[in-house]
Amino acid sequence: MNAFEQLLQTFFDWEAMASVLPELLTVGLPNTLILAISSGVIGTVLGMILAVMGISRNRALRWAARVYTDIFRGVPAVVIILLIGIGLSPLFRQLTGSTSPFPMGILALSLMAAAYIGEIFRSGIQSVEKGQLEASRALGFSYHSSMQLVVIPQGVRRVLPALVNQFISLIKESSLIYFLGLLASERELFRIGNDAAGNTGNLSPLIAAAVLYLCLTVPLTHLVNYIDNRLRMGKREKPEPDDIAARIGEGAKT
Amino acid sequence: MSTIESGTLTGRSLHLSFGSNHVLRGIDLHVERGTTASVIGPSGSGKSTLLRVLNRLIEPDQGDILLDGRSVLKDNPDELRRRIGMVFQQFNLFPHKTVVDNVSLALRKLRGMSADEARAKALAQLDQVGLKHKAEVRPANLSGGQQQRVAIARALAMDPEVMFFDEATSALDPELVKGVLALMADLATAGMTMVVVTHEMGFSRNVSDTVTFMDGGVVVESGPPAAIFDNAQTPRLKSFLSDVL
Repeated sequence: MNAFEQLLQTFFDWEAMASVLPELLTVGLPNTLILAISSGVIGTVLGMILAVMGISRNRALRWAARVYTDIFRGVPAVVIILLIGIGLSPLFRQLTGSTSPFPMGILALSLMAAAYIGEIFRSGIQSVEKGQLEASRALGFSYHSSMQLVVIPQGVRRVLPALVNQFISLIKESSLIYFLGLLASERELFRIGNDAAGNTGNLSPLIAAAVLYLCLTVPLTHLVNYIDNRLRMGKREKPEPDDIAARIGEGAKT
Repeated sequence: MSTIESGTLTGRSLHLSFGSNHVLRGIDLHVERGTTASVIGPSGSGKSTLLRVLNRLIEPDQGDILLDGRSVLKDNPDELRRRIGMVFQQFNLFPHKTVVDNVSLALRKLRGMSADEARAKALAQLDQVGLKHKAEVRPANLSGGQQQRVAIARALAMDPEVMFFDEATSALDPELVKGVLALMADLATAGMTMVVVTHEMGFSRNVSDTVTFMDGGVVVESGPPAAIFDNAQTPRLKSFLSDVL
């Protein structure tokens, strides 16, 4: 067997892939999706709270958001997952009786995602022109209503591409949950691929897992590009030549 | 002093500082109901700040603001601003909402109108500024002049007692200024009480009832347009007019 064939065998053993595929699809994929989607949703909610705290006029709230963000962005994901997943699991077990590592794993992923998403939202909200808040206040809206109805919706729209990028990260980071020790039925894509690779001494099952990750992340990457274009170019709506503007001149279009 | 009726706006010795920068140094301004007061002066003279103090977007350090002869400094500022419409240099329409939603938002959320009522009122208001046919488009698809007219409709929809215009035509291309000024002149003729900060000396002279010239945070001269434009008393006003006319 020459070196090339050996490489091919190591990475692209179709039989090894085919034998792990059912488990990847029926166990790994649902578990990865559960982890990524639930931590994405919780992280988004917590991130919005952090963003609002971060721009608050209350110094203590701003400071709390700052410290939280610095800690959860600054420590490696695996450290947080181990600290929370292992550290808090006895307490969680006492309270609920559940031994599943998922809730604490989701909590750890959510808390990390919240730090990033909070910064994404904050930058979006702060990029909205001051005149928007002023116009809303001039109409008679309170500060809170103005933020809620006018400023935050615009800010969030501007950072949708960055937010989707964060979801892509979460899908990948969900693989780190394997550090918490998973029952067979709790394994996600990476763990199933990794176990099969270990059992067969061949890396092809990991390639199969990687392909499934790509099936999730690549469409999202394209969604990011689509949203980004859409936001930059606006809806494909033809600006009609307006009667008055057209009469007065070309300057109207600028 | 003439009798004060509904919609009469008075600012009394208004002071405002940003740190060591004393922006307003005791401004007095009185606008009778149904009249138009224009405020002119060089950039940085405090004109736009004065408008924001009068509707309490910025709280004055000292002085008093009276609407219908009653001090409004103790009122909820949000309530006060519902009585005073404001139009900005940069239009400040909400870009994420359609034209009709821009106009109806405050009607629904602040006046408690149903969606249908608010929409009907917004459409009528848009009709008044000649833009009913643009109700469903986003502001970005409108020319600057159209955006400003929508902004005027948005302010008028709240049935304000007073309208503020903060250099409403300064950001417009010259060809579009006329349409907006004509709309403002129509409003003045219809009896709206207006305070107009402007660089449009023609408008100030022809449409306003009183002209106030500000420089360095003080009112330097104030009076009917003829007195200001044809019979300036102070060297500062004379030099300003010779620069802009």
